[in-house]
Amino acid sequence: MAYLTDRKRAIGRGSAKSGTEHFWAMKKSSFALLLLVPLFVFTFGPALGGTYEEILAYYSRPFPAIVMGLTLVVGFKHFNDGAQVAIEDYVHGLAQKVLLMSVMCLSYGAMAVGLFAIARIAL
Amino acid sequence: MVQLTLPKNSTIRTGKTWPKPEGAKNVRQFQIYRWNPDDGENPRVDTYFLDMDSCGPMILDALIKIKNEIDPTLTFRRSCREGICGSCAMNIDGINTLACIYGLDEVRGSVVKIYPLPHMPVVKDLIPDLTHFYAQHASIMPWLETKTNRPAKEWKQSIEDRKKLDGLYECVMCASCSTSCPSYWWNGDRYLGPAALLHAYRWIIDSRDEATGERLDELEDPFKLYRCHTIMNCAKTCPKGLNPAKAIAEIKKMMVERHV
Repeated sequence: MAYLTDRKRAIGRGSAKSGTEHFWAMKKSSFALLLLVPLFVFTFGPALGGTYEEILAYYSRPFPAIVMGLTLVVGFKHFNDGAQVAIEDYVHGLAQKVLLMSVMCLSYGAMAVGLFAIARIAL
Repeated sequence: MVQLTLPKNSTIRTGKTWPKPEGAKNVRQFQIYRWNPDDGENPRVDTYFLDMDSCGPMILDALIKIKNEIDPTLTFRRSCREGICGSCAMNIDGINTLACIYGLDEVRGSVVKIYPLPHMPVVKDLIPDLTHFYAQHASIMPWLETKTNRPAKEWKQSIEDRKKLDGLYECVMCASCSTSCPSYWWNGDRYLGPAALLHAYRWIIDSRDEATGERLDELEDPFKLYRCHTIMNCAKTCPKGLNPAKAIAEIKKMMVERHV
C-alpha cells in the first residue's frame, strides 16, 4: 500500500528514452533474414547428404560459407532481440533479468560456435 | 510473472436464475457477471430472461429493462445511449464494445453473455475501475502545447492538416481497445495502451502543436510505446471503427525517422 497519486502511478519512472534502436534493429534483421533464409536454404540444400570430403569442398567455396556465416550471425542476433521482447512481456522481476542474460549467453554462444565451425570448414 | 489463472476469490460461480416473464412468447436469456465488493462473495453469473417483444433493440435497452423490471441491484455505467460518451463499454458476447450501439441481433447464439471490460479491477458488477487508464491518458498531455505567443484571433490550421486528425479525434475513451490488448493485460502498469497512444498521436500529428519532440521523447520507451506488437485487437474491437494500431505504427515510424 502506497499513497501515490494516479498520475504518479501512470508516469512511473518516466521515459527510458530508448527502444527505437531495438525496434529498428529488429526491422533491419527481419529484412536481412528475408534475403538470407532463402539463400541459406538454397545453398545448404545441395550439401545435404554429401560425404565429409564433399561438404569440406562445398563450404570451402566463399558463397555458401559467407551465406552460412551471415545467417548464423543475423539469425541469432534476431533470436536474441525477439526473445528479449517476449521475456519482457511475460516475465518480471529477478527472473526476467536472469532469463535475459541466459538468452543472451545462449544466442551469442550458439552464434560463436557456429562461426567457429564454419570457419574451420571453410579455411 | 504473468498470472494465467484467477485467484481463488475471483473465480466465477453460478449465480441466481431469475424467473422467466409470464406469458412471453419471444424470450431471450441473458447471463450477466455480478460482483458486489460489500458482500465478500466471489463473482457470479446471474441468469435473466427478457421478453424481447417489449425490449428495445440494443444491449443497453436490455440492461435497463433488467434493472427497471427484474433486478434493481444490477450496476452498470451509461449516459448518452448513442455511442458518444463511452460510459457503457463492456464485454458483450466476447467482444469489448458499447452496450448502447451494439444490437441484440448482433449477438451470435441465443444466450447474451455480458461481462465487464477484461483484465481491469472491478468496482461493482459491470463497472471496471478505469483510474489508471485515465491517468495514462492524462500523462500524454492531451491538450495543445504551444510556445509561440498566442495569436490575436486563433491558431490556424489548413483543411489538409485538419483532415489528418480524422480517425483520431473521434475516440470516446471507452477503453474497449486497451482492455482487449494482451500487451495491456500483461503490462498495463507501464504500457500506455492503444487508447492513450492514439490520443498521443492525435496531438503529435496536430499541425498547431509545438511539442512534437517532447511528446515523442516521452513515448520513447520499451514499455510505454514498444509493447505494442501489432496484435490488432484494438482495431478489431473499437466500437467507433477507429484504428489505434495504425496510429501506434505511425508513432513508431516517426521515432525511426528521428533516428535514421
